[in-house]
Amino acid sequence: MNTWVYIDHFKGQALPASWEAVGAAKPLGKVTGLVFGSGVEALAKTAFENGVDEVLLADDAALADYRPEVYASTLKQAFKPEACDVLFFPTTSRGRELAAMAGVDLNAGVLVDVVALEASGDRLTVTRPVYSGKVLAKVTTAAKPQVVTVRGRIFARPAAQAGKSGTLTRIVAGGGALTAVEGYSTSEGGVSLTDANVIVSGGRGLAENPSLQPPAGLDAKAAEVWRAQQAFDLLKQLADVLGGAVGASRAAVDAGYVPYAMQVGQTGKLVAPNVYIAFGISGAIQHLAGMRSSKLIVAINKDAEAPIFKVARFGAVGDLHQILPALIAAFKKRLGK
Amino acid sequence: MKLVACVKATPDTTAAIKIENGKPVWGEAPLVINPWDEFSTEAALKLKEANGGTLTALSVGGEEAKIALRHALAMGADEAILVSDPALGAPDPAATARLLAAALQKIGGVEVAFFGRQAIDDDSGLVPAMVARLLGWPALTLASVVKFEAGGLRVERAVEEGRQIVTAKLPAVVSTVKDIGEPRFPSFMGIRKASKTEIPVWSLAALGLPAPVVSVQTLSLSEAPVKEVVCELVSGSPQEIADKLADKILGEKLL
Repeated sequence: MNTWVYIDHFKGQALPASWEAVGAAKPLGKVTGLVFGSGVEALAKTAFENGVDEVLLADDAALADYRPEVYASTLKQAFKPEACDVLFFPTTSRGRELAAMAGVDLNAGVLVDVVALEASGDRLTVTRPVYSGKVLAKVTTAAKPQVVTVRGRIFARPAAQAGKSGTLTRIVAGGGALTAVEGYSTSEGGVSLTDANVIVSGGRGLAENPSLQPPAGLDAKAAEVWRAQQAFDLLKQLADVLGGAVGASRAAVDAGYVPYAMQVGQTGKLVAPNVYIAFGISGAIQHLAGMRSSKLIVAINKDAEAPIFKVARFGAVGDLHQILPALIAAFKKRLGK
Repeated sequence: MKLVACVKATPDTTAAIKIENGKPVWGEAPLVINPWDEFSTEAALKLKEANGGTLTALSVGGEEAKIALRHALAMGADEAILVSDPALGAPDPAATARLLAAALQKIGGVEVAFFGRQAIDDDSGLVPAMVARLLGWPALTLASVVKFEAGGLRVERAVEEGRQIVTAKLPAVVSTVKDIGEPRFPSFMGIRKASKTEIPVWSLAALGLPAPVVSVQTLSLSEAPVKEVVCELVSGSPQEIADKLADKILGEKLL
């Protein structure tokens, strides 16, 4: 089979999920990487070193900012049915959107957020989670090409080969712009939740620290938020020690402790880090749906009956406000930080 | 402004989904409006309140889809339309997008079509961008802020790297994330109005479409295996707990 893989990037930096998509495509046959952008020739070179055999490079000022309609038109123009049996995208915000548009443009079947795939002849059967991961669906499509978006942190990226090269073909940018990008507001910074190896996450319990005296003049709600934010600052310290990111339960987001971008769960981010440490999170179904495929789950909660302990490998029943600072110190000591 | 909110009925987020005879079941748990569509309906209502106009709720499905439509009406939508036909079967995202695109054209003069970022049952998140592509409208997906400015839309999009600020002319497709703001609760009057509102049903013939071609076939559904995890609880003073947990976590060699 011939595969094309869209290499998703931001300002020339590939998202890790792009190389994982190459890793998913590689066993099927030749991998052609699609590199679209402006001043992204270096990314084409990186693609060769990360398992891509050929690159179709659209390097054009018109592609400086990602705009779905222009990127989709670039792909449509370059597409040759005889050269591509499966078109892969990483399941990123851009990848999903481009897969949808390619599905329309190429009259293809789109299999989204795939966690496993098997090939029979030139036909793929894939597994994808539905109902927030509560159910696994096996799906296939008879339409050609088959468009697949690959869920992050499932497929291994190919081993990097420094200096490896391949055939680079330049293609022209598509037109039909309908949107204009004004710019970007400050990034949330730090390690992104979906890419993180380690996530330390906080829930409603973070505010339950009556011994902590808030500044004068705060009403009860403001004092609750202030208490929670002190504890989230400690979570951030722990995350920094472990090189991870901070998440939160929906309850903590709804209570105004932290912004929605940090929410893990069915209506937040789906994450699958190596280690997920939950502080003061009871473990509602909708939270579990977002994090239960983490490799190791650790829970600290004052309620021994909290459902989070049903998915946790290690746990402690106790006051997180005492355990959290001690845990930061314990890791600092062991990791020499 | 002429606005449309595309909505879907899904099981509640707390529903425990089981597979029986190859089909998903969720016991007594009620169907609700897809939670993401509540946010997009809220976004549409805010735009309507700021700029005037009408909001139509639109859904594709069977009788159950009216649950989502009535919720949107109760929140403040002015009217609702259901695309339904015995020949629909179980449309895949591309087929659903074609039906919605045809319905949006039949409604006519639509300036913004709102969608939740995805439905919590199929979780595909493909339909908004597909509808935009089919209609040749700009796709402003994952919007956290939507403003009507200078005769077009200005949105902030929540992407991996932070917020991307994008402008486009109308008509446009917008899909929203939760940052758009907490959806309002339907008022008592709203619920009364919704229960009395006649919901017209548009068939395939009314849309001038043949039975949809479904290109993605579901071969089987299975319950995701639940890892049997026995939680090993550590105890002691906070200091002892912290030391034991740190040793156990590092002992897994996952960091």
